[in-house]
Amino acid sequence: MFNVEHIRQDFPILKREVNGKPLVYLDNAATSQTPQQVTDVIVDYYSNYNANIHRGVHTLSQEATDAYEQARIKIQKHFNAKFSHEIIFTAGTTHGINLVANGFTTLLKKGDEIIVSELEHHSNIVPWQMLCERTEATLKVIPMNTEGELIMSEYDKLLSANTKLVLVNHISNALGTINPIEYIIKKAHAVGAAVLIDGAQSCPHIKPDVQALDVDFYVTSAHKMCGPTGEGMLYGKEEWLNKLPPYQGGGEMIDKVTFEKTTYAGLPHKFEAGTPNICGGIAFGAAIDYMNGIGFDTVATYEHQLLDYATEQLSEIEGLIIYGTSKNKTSVISFNLEGIHPYDVGTILDKLGIAVRTGHHCAQPIMDFYNIPGTVRASFAFYNTKEEIDTLVKGVKKAKMMLS
Amino acid sequence: MAIQDIQDEIIDEFSMFEDWEERYQYMIDLGKTLPLIDAEYKTDDNLINGCQSKVWVHAEMKDNSVIFTADSDAIITKGIIAILIRSFSNQHPKDILDANTDFIDKIGLKEHLSPTRANGLVSMIKQLKMYAIAYQTQLS
Repeated sequence: MFNVEHIRQDFPILKREVNGKPLVYLDNAATSQTPQQVTDVIVDYYSNYNANIHRGVHTLSQEATDAYEQARIKIQKHFNAKFSHEIIFTAGTTHGINLVANGFTTLLKKGDEIIVSELEHHSNIVPWQMLCERTEATLKVIPMNTEGELIMSEYDKLLSANTKLVLVNHISNALGTINPIEYIIKKAHAVGAAVLIDGAQSCPHIKPDVQALDVDFYVTSAHKMCGPTGEGMLYGKEEWLNKLPPYQGGGEMIDKVTFEKTTYAGLPHKFEAGTPNICGGIAFGAAIDYMNGIGFDTVATYEHQLLDYATEQLSEIEGLIIYGTSKNKTSVISFNLEGIHPYDVGTILDKLGIAVRTGHHCAQPIMDFYNIPGTVRASFAFYNTKEEIDTLVKGVKKAKMMLS
Repeated sequence: MAIQDIQDEIIDEFSMFEDWEERYQYMIDLGKTLPLIDAEYKTDDNLINGCQSKVWVHAEMKDNSVIFTADSDAIITKGIIAILIRSFSNQHPKDILDANTDFIDKIGLKEHLSPTRANGLVSMIKQLKMYAIAYQTQLS
């Protein structure tokens, strides 16, 4: 039985005060908070078996290697990858996207096309623009409608034999829209294109099955799902990972080095040059255990209740406009008060101890679509409460009063 | 009035307030007194980088004094730039360069001084001082 008060005990940070008020943390789409269970794993690593991995014959190195590789298997099982070597540890979603974008440099040529969407985070736009500059491939964009949904009939029109890659987020960070990635993947494969899904915003809410999705690449970050920052993973189908050249050169990623010719290690090490974030990988595994302990169905049901409640309560405030009104969305509400800059609202909310994000959310094309400088974004996690939403609503009303 | 005296006056005004709400309300009110930039100068060239909201600043020299005008699309930011301009406008460029900005701390707006803060108060101060440097060079 899900008991939010019980869950909140796992998160010491939720007990602190900000500006003399109890913290109301509603910036979960930027980063989630860390449960004690994950912090304990981090402390245990540095207190008891901190060592460099893979090459050491000594006991500590062996223990650290085992824990790190077990974390890889946990991630493999969680995402239902066929092999553990299809899981590449990265520094996060952005790193994973850049790794793949770099790899395609030798695989694309002039006349090839790659498709992104209007709903993307800059991390899933800029690396592909850079790839286009290197290869003279062309970037195409799936447009969105006013509800903040991608227009699939327009996507269909963009696909052709020239399409080589399709890059879409699973869930929009700015609006919370859940994209129809099953359809997007199927259609892309029908023209022979590979698909990368940016899962930074989906993994805190749902459990993707990469084999069922038949996706070619799936990337995410640990810190959005109760893990540490600077850690993430790239899933790639074995055949694709074998096709892509290494991203960075260095230790760990080699088979044999001579000045005449270096041969590379097999998967996954080919993409893991240098000493990795060992503790981060192990803690990522612990975060996945923690989330699964609560259960993703439970999380989704509860967060949906929070979303519905918050949408209903905020909508009652006169002059409040919500951006992103798809029926298919996660617990993110992007909004503005008519005639008031989101920065002003965020500043007042901060004084009240309420943490939200303001600005363009690294998704300027979406802001351009709505012709606004930015939004206030409240994003809820399973440890938030209805009472916190009441505090938010009161705070927004106060901001409106002070700023009108 | 000398910059120091103006800043003391601002500190004095803010000292009357008991809590953040009154301070912010006053700052918002001060934003309404900001000498507004002429529409012709409200261009991208006059935007200050490093602010989440837009801030335009224009400067001109009159009788060896720098006159600042500005605007912002966010009203708290407008209040902040109004406080800065009240302190620095109509002053000799050298006095602007020599002036410190401790008074921001003293009026309870210290949190806005952090370089990571999205309103870019630090960038605003830098920009005003850059104008002063440019005019000081013209004079010498």
